[in-house]
Amino acid sequence: MPIKEIQNMTLCALKQGMKDKDFTSLEITELLLSRINDLGKPLNAFITVTAEQAIKEAKNADKLIATGNNKPLLGLPVAHKDLFCTDGVLTSCASKMLHNFIPPYDASVVKNLKKSGAIMLGKTNMDEFAMGSSNETSYYGPVKNPWNLDLSPGGSSGGSASAVAACLVPAATGTDTGGSIRQPAALTGVTGIKPTYGRVSRYGMIAFASSLDQGGVFTRSVEDAALLLGEMSGFDENDSTSVDVPVPDYLGGINKSIKGLKIGLVRQHFDAGLDDDNAKAVREALDILKEQGAEIVDIDLPNIELSVPTYYVVASAECSSNLSRYDGVRFGYRAENYNDLNEFYCKTRGEGFGAEVKRRIMTGTYVLSAGYYDAYYLKAQKVRQLISQDFKKAFEKVDLIAGPTTPSPAFALGAKMDDPIEMYLNDIYTIGANLAGLPGMSIPCGFVNDLPVGLQLVGKHFGEESLLQCGHHYQQATDWHLQIPEQFK
Amino acid sequence: MDIQDSETKDVVDKLSRIVEFVDQLQAVSTEGTEPMAHPLEQGQRLRVDKVTENNEREKIQLNVIETNNGMYLVPKVID
Amino acid sequence: MNSNWEIVIGLEIHAQLATKSKIFSGASTAYGGEPNTQACLVDLGYPGTLPVLNQQAIEMAVRFGLAVDAEISSRSVFARKNYFYPDLPKGYQISQLDLPIVVGGNMSILDGDGNEKIIGITRAHLEEDAGKSVHEGLDGLSGIDLNRAGTPLLEIVSEPEMSSAKEAVAYMRKIHSIVRYLEISDGNMQEGSFRCDANVSIKRFDQKELGTRAELKNLNSFKFIEKAINHEVMRQIEIIEDGGAVKQETRLYDSDLDETRPMRSKEEANDYRYFPDPDLLPVIIDDTYISNIKETLPELPNAKQQRFVEAYSLKISDAQILTTTKKLADFYEAVEKIANTESQITANWVIGEYTAALNRDDLEIKDAKLSATDLAGLLNKIADQTISGKIAKEVFEAMWNGEGSAEEIIESKGLVQITDDSEIETIIDQVIENNPSQLAEYLSGKDRLFGFFVGQVMKETRGKANPQKVNEILKKKLI
Repeated sequence: MPIKEIQNMTLCALKQGMKDKDFTSLEITELLLSRINDLGKPLNAFITVTAEQAIKEAKNADKLIATGNNKPLLGLPVAHKDLFCTDGVLTSCASKMLHNFIPPYDASVVKNLKKSGAIMLGKTNMDEFAMGSSNETSYYGPVKNPWNLDLSPGGSSGGSASAVAACLVPAATGTDTGGSIRQPAALTGVTGIKPTYGRVSRYGMIAFASSLDQGGVFTRSVEDAALLLGEMSGFDENDSTSVDVPVPDYLGGINKSIKGLKIGLVRQHFDAGLDDDNAKAVREALDILKEQGAEIVDIDLPNIELSVPTYYVVASAECSSNLSRYDGVRFGYRAENYNDLNEFYCKTRGEGFGAEVKRRIMTGTYVLSAGYYDAYYLKAQKVRQLISQDFKKAFEKVDLIAGPTTPSPAFALGAKMDDPIEMYLNDIYTIGANLAGLPGMSIPCGFVNDLPVGLQLVGKHFGEESLLQCGHHYQQATDWHLQIPEQFK
Repeated sequence: MDIQDSETKDVVDKLSRIVEFVDQLQAVSTEGTEPMAHPLEQGQRLRVDKVTENNEREKIQLNVIETNNGMYLVPKVID
Repeated sequence: MNSNWEIVIGLEIHAQLATKSKIFSGASTAYGGEPNTQACLVDLGYPGTLPVLNQQAIEMAVRFGLAVDAEISSRSVFARKNYFYPDLPKGYQISQLDLPIVVGGNMSILDGDGNEKIIGITRAHLEEDAGKSVHEGLDGLSGIDLNRAGTPLLEIVSEPEMSSAKEAVAYMRKIHSIVRYLEISDGNMQEGSFRCDANVSIKRFDQKELGTRAELKNLNSFKFIEKAINHEVMRQIEIIEDGGAVKQETRLYDSDLDETRPMRSKEEANDYRYFPDPDLLPVIIDDTYISNIKETLPELPNAKQQRFVEAYSLKISDAQILTTTKKLADFYEAVEKIANTESQITANWVIGEYTAALNRDDLEIKDAKLSATDLAGLLNKIADQTISGKIAKEVFEAMWNGEGSAEEIIESKGLVQITDDSEIETIIDQVIENNPSQLAEYLSGKDRLFGFFVGQVMKETRGKANPQKVNEILKKKLI
């Protein structure tokens, strides 16, 4: 088997290949580890590479495969966003605050995938504490977009997206609070899915904004996403916001016909903010879906334009509180020079957190403070309700909502660092799904100026199956998702 | 949380822009709308009252330097 | 106390709930463990950890609410109280603000004049306890033990309706009694499972608005609460009479100096930025749940007290003492069932000898040296006139010291009462003969000396003569 083939293969193909004895898990693992080490270095997609452990696990997997063991992900390599706690392995959230944090436990997502037989190759780079849309706020330096190393891969799960796009690993986990899986997926030309809120356990997934965070995955095909999502999902008694709803056979049902599927197009999305070529690519994608039997319906989400300010109030409020635990007392960074308790706190947190994180903590503190709570936080929660109701109404008419994932393709590193608002507006299409807790997926649908752009599909609560079926049909009629950046072929 | 003097102007500047930005929310009427704290419409699940966690102090404090007899040390707290 | 002034007191009681595990994690709540051996990752606020609610905490809160006639919220919400302090690992405490689990309620107490007074309860809510800090012996540093972090607390807030330190203590005792009756808290003040803060203010009797209040903390005994409140009231009166104004502040009670002093409190920065905790969902309680719990409630102190007065014809004050704890009340009833003595006599023995012995030896009822059957057996010896009440006390002590059963001790010490008329008559004759001067004095009008003769007879018989018979026969003889 020529090496070049293995590195490009999807999980499903790798699984079949190991079954057919074309190659072993060890061979896959060693190949990918060496890619991560040479070709992958300039991308800065990884914070930690767990080479030794991975090789050990790969050898074990091969033994099990030989005995006919059929764990669903046996021997398949994945990477985890460095926000998922991994027992005994550094989990930094790309922050100086946790640069020395070795969790004594595994996140439920990590545990689930491990149990299904997956092999972890390492922890991927991200925006600090998942706050960002460009992967430029990382303590470990920015991640580059494999399609053009001067450009950002998006964020906050930039490392995972980049690693999958550059064929360093066939799949990687991510988290999505305002678009942190879907946006980088679109900007790097891979498939990224954020499930319904409560579908995937948040236990061990270091919290940013608790009512918005969801764990998901990057893959090179919708089929792979279905496979992984099935293994990641499920009720977890350690997470009070985990929903006890059975996990369907996502992969098994993926070929269901999409004839008659009603897809909504949001009028408000196709406005001045959207890049023309980007809009064109999205419309062409919809044409293909129409050819496959879907019906396109115009819908309205009248309050959708308020989703970004709503998000920023809610997310910063929650994160300001979630990040209070970082005080240097029990774990993490601890300042060295201080005269008393107050200074100890201030210096530890002042030195441990980066600028964007500090900004969000301050914003959050402000919107929750006495006298402002009603005007900001409470108001935002009400607007959130309105936005959710808009979606509910829309879903009475349609099964899915489609549109662009981002307003434009990848932007230059450093381009938006001066204006936080401009950066925040990158999430304009993705945020709504987080506010309403709906599942969302981005799949590659074309190129603009040689850079990938994505089509976003948003489904009803626990409507992942429709998303996956729709996406899969699209990928059977197109090959955008099979494109690989030149440097990484 | 400390902010360096050199950062102050930039912080104030950016924060003001953020606050201005989120002020857009005031434009819409939310009369009669309930605030939404959760996307889930379900009640809190209850856990059986049982001790399920055992003493793991050694494992947990493995990488923590500032302890004394198992206690975490901090600058003196003045009551 | 100056009658120009009215005292206004509200109490905030924190009762640690007697669950086995913490309110949001599965770590143990047992007291006294080595530092941080009962603090799991959730309690330590480790990144990625999440809270899951203990059902027993809810049940206990509901029991309390029902016992004080309060309303149980069908939907209650946990909120984060944000502040920084080393014993608060997450940088916020999970508590309840706008929608507490218990709303309203009331508790009746006896006021200074012995009349019933109803004290309103504003609310009771659930929250997690913080850890502990140790400040001595650590070279200028403080040591943090988070074993206690996450233990469930029920914070019970009264209306500011108490008008004296005594009333405050009475209210606190009642609440203390109730939580122990309900078995939701062991109420152990030394171990910190029952804590009280008092909000104290004064106002002129004709003043409409309430005065500025001070919050008193660190009140860990009934005695201290009374002293602290009285001291604080005096302090406030002095300030105002001197023309000053009372500052709103938190003060610590120092029991050694018997004074309160201002506390440089962690809670000085008072904006807690409360918001609903997004990691927890609203707690939904339906009527079926509530009525199921109602059925499991034990008979509560007030009802029990009332029943004791009626069923056993006891004095109210005695009934109140006997029903202070369920264990004592149960003990009394167990004795009462078997003993043939009048209920009041039985009560006297339980309240008197029995309780005194427990206190003297610092024992709980479960470790008492006498069982209900033992005590009833002794009382029956009084009832059937085998021994007198006075001798019974001797026998009681002997039984407590493990010398045997009532029967055995009476036998071995020869304590059987003398009831034979002729025997007593003989002794009385002897005593009268031996004391001619007293006889003369008595016959000439010194009635008091009757007691002297009784005493002499008792002395002669080493207390064993039946007192009624002695009285009867002596009367006849001394004419």
